[in-house]
Amino acid sequence: MALEKIIRVAGRGVCVPGNDIDTDRIIPARYLKCVTFDGLGEGLFYDVRKNPDGSEKPHPLNDPRFKGARILLSGANFGCGSSREHAPQAIQKYGFKAIVAESYAEIFFGNSTTLGLPCATASREDIARVAAAIEANPTLELALELEAQVLRFGTQSIPINLRESARNALVNGRWDPIGELLEGTAGVAATAGRLPYMGR
Amino acid sequence: MAKNLFEKVWDAHTVRTLASGQTQLLIGTHLIHEVTSPQAFGMLRDLKLKVAMPHRTFATVDHIVPTDQFAEPYADPLAQEMMDALRKNCAEFGITFFDRATGKQGIVHIVGPEQGITQPGTTIACGDSHTSTHGAFGAIAFGTGTTQIRDVLATQTIAMGKLKVRRINVNGKLRPGVYAKDVILHIIRVLGVNGGTGFAYEYGGEVFDRFTMEERMTVCNMSIEGGARAGYVNPDETTYAFLKGRPYSPKGAAWDEAVARWKSFASDPGCHYDDVVSINAADIAPTVTWGINPGQGIAITESIPDPAKATAADEKASIDEALAYMKLKAGAPIKGTKIDVAFIGSCTNGRLSDFQEVARYLKGRHVAPGIKAIAVPGSQGVRVLCEQLGVDKVFRDAGFEWREAGCSMCLAMNPDKLVGDQLCASSSNRNFKGRQGSPTGRTLLMSPLMVAAAAVTGTVADAREVFSVAAN
Repeated sequence: MALEKIIRVAGRGVCVPGNDIDTDRIIPARYLKCVTFDGLGEGLFYDVRKNPDGSEKPHPLNDPRFKGARILLSGANFGCGSSREHAPQAIQKYGFKAIVAESYAEIFFGNSTTLGLPCATASREDIARVAAAIEANPTLELALELEAQVLRFGTQSIPINLRESARNALVNGRWDPIGELLEGTAGVAATAGRLPYMGR
Repeated sequence: MAKNLFEKVWDAHTVRTLASGQTQLLIGTHLIHEVTSPQAFGMLRDLKLKVAMPHRTFATVDHIVPTDQFAEPYADPLAQEMMDALRKNCAEFGITFFDRATGKQGIVHIVGPEQGITQPGTTIACGDSHTSTHGAFGAIAFGTGTTQIRDVLATQTIAMGKLKVRRINVNGKLRPGVYAKDVILHIIRVLGVNGGTGFAYEYGGEVFDRFTMEERMTVCNMSIEGGARAGYVNPDETTYAFLKGRPYSPKGAAWDEAVARWKSFASDPGCHYDDVVSINAADIAPTVTWGINPGQGIAITESIPDPAKATAADEKASIDEALAYMKLKAGAPIKGTKIDVAFIGSCTNGRLSDFQEVARYLKGRHVAPGIKAIAVPGSQGVRVLCEQLGVDKVFRDAGFEWREAGCSMCLAMNPDKLVGDQLCASSSNRNFKGRQGSPTGRTLLMSPLMVAAAAVTGTVADAREVFSVAAN
């Protein structure tokens, strides 16, 4: 399966500040009542973005200046809680191509990487610098460069980090592992054969 | 070389190293439910793949099932659609499905152990973060996303990086009225909601040695709330006694072989841990959360944190945000806070012993006027046992609604939801904003007995006082 090599993600940015933003907040559970991932983008951050009557609350994603942003900035432990892949699916379907945050919850990080959605980390101070630059100029173009491990914004840049296995998978177009896992079938049978409980 | 359980299980299930550097890890047991699996089956069909080892996947339905309606079609057509999809997918791919008609249905993390499917020394994956529950048996069990469910279905493996291991010792004796739920809320309070990122937690010490399997499950269940993808307890005689005679447990000579094998997976004396944390059991109090993540907990005797006393800007911001959402007053005692709803159930505290322990004290008491109180067994098996033992009658007589098995109000994907900004005393695992079905609903996490104390007094209360626990 030929996958896109994700080496550079460019576009405008938006910052959704805060630590411990959980996947229930990213996509409320009622949006999980579905048998496909279609249309999940509409539910992204729904309950913090909208009132029950559908009118908008103040939220960065509702701010017209940041419409069309491709890179999402946030705080520490982003995506904690439920393992629902619906969360990165909603972020991706909304239009985001990459996330830059202080840190991520483990399951969210893995789910996102497998979808080809890079989750880079940067220091709080550096993220604040980028957020301030975006606030001053919402049309500012950002570029996340996975090989150089930098986030460029205007003429400036900050260092970013991406776990080596994820970076390797993204830049080499191996972020969806199914092809490689299927190639390991013989090894799977051998490993299972050494574990008595795996038999029928 | 001395190895810990995590390393032994990991090594035994390692197929190979992938190009990215991750491990292709064999998954011994795969559990699925209706919410996170339908898209995975869709992906299989798109890729024209089959299920590699259908006998190693087990399904049940838990998140969307109504607990006040058994007959289909369900009032919610979306819930019915998910039910139908799971039924069809299991039939088409040859997967065992513990449907409601089997009498074996329930929350996936209660059904696995109950059926004897959850066994020591195995790897267990499920598209649900509370899969860490199964670690109570000395398994390496973790939640996955839906694409990884596809991977397990198609190959019986996933691509994953090895976790570090933190040993958490809890020594000494728990005080009366302090439960496994308090132990894990205390651990998360001490280590933080992201303290476990990148780690598996190995729980041990005198408290865990004495714990029943159900208590161990309660703690392992909430490992993920501390950021740890997996949590486990080394298998011992308590583990084997629990598993003996269960439907999927080995029988006859195979049983003795299995126990010998299971024992060999326990962490070796002197093995390496990446970190060790020790907690004194006597320091743990009945704990209640006051905020919007499970780390925001305090002892029932403490006051709600005051942002003015925060030592860091970050801490102040998080207290401010939590108090604004929770509509609670900084510096006020948590005890006495008026509640609207009491919920006992979930994969954290929806097992037989949870209901039995509450029933011991609830007998002869009644839910306070105006409080909605619901008790939701974690599985049909738990419900039947409670009914055989008369536990359900104690709950009903006290004014609790006694329901059918499911996840229910833990995440409110079924009709059991908070309304408006109702405040719920809950034995579940998450107090996130909007978690219990209303975008402004509020959750206080606590042990089942503390929920019962809140239900009968109508306020957050100290169960030790309400039920004279110390005297028992």
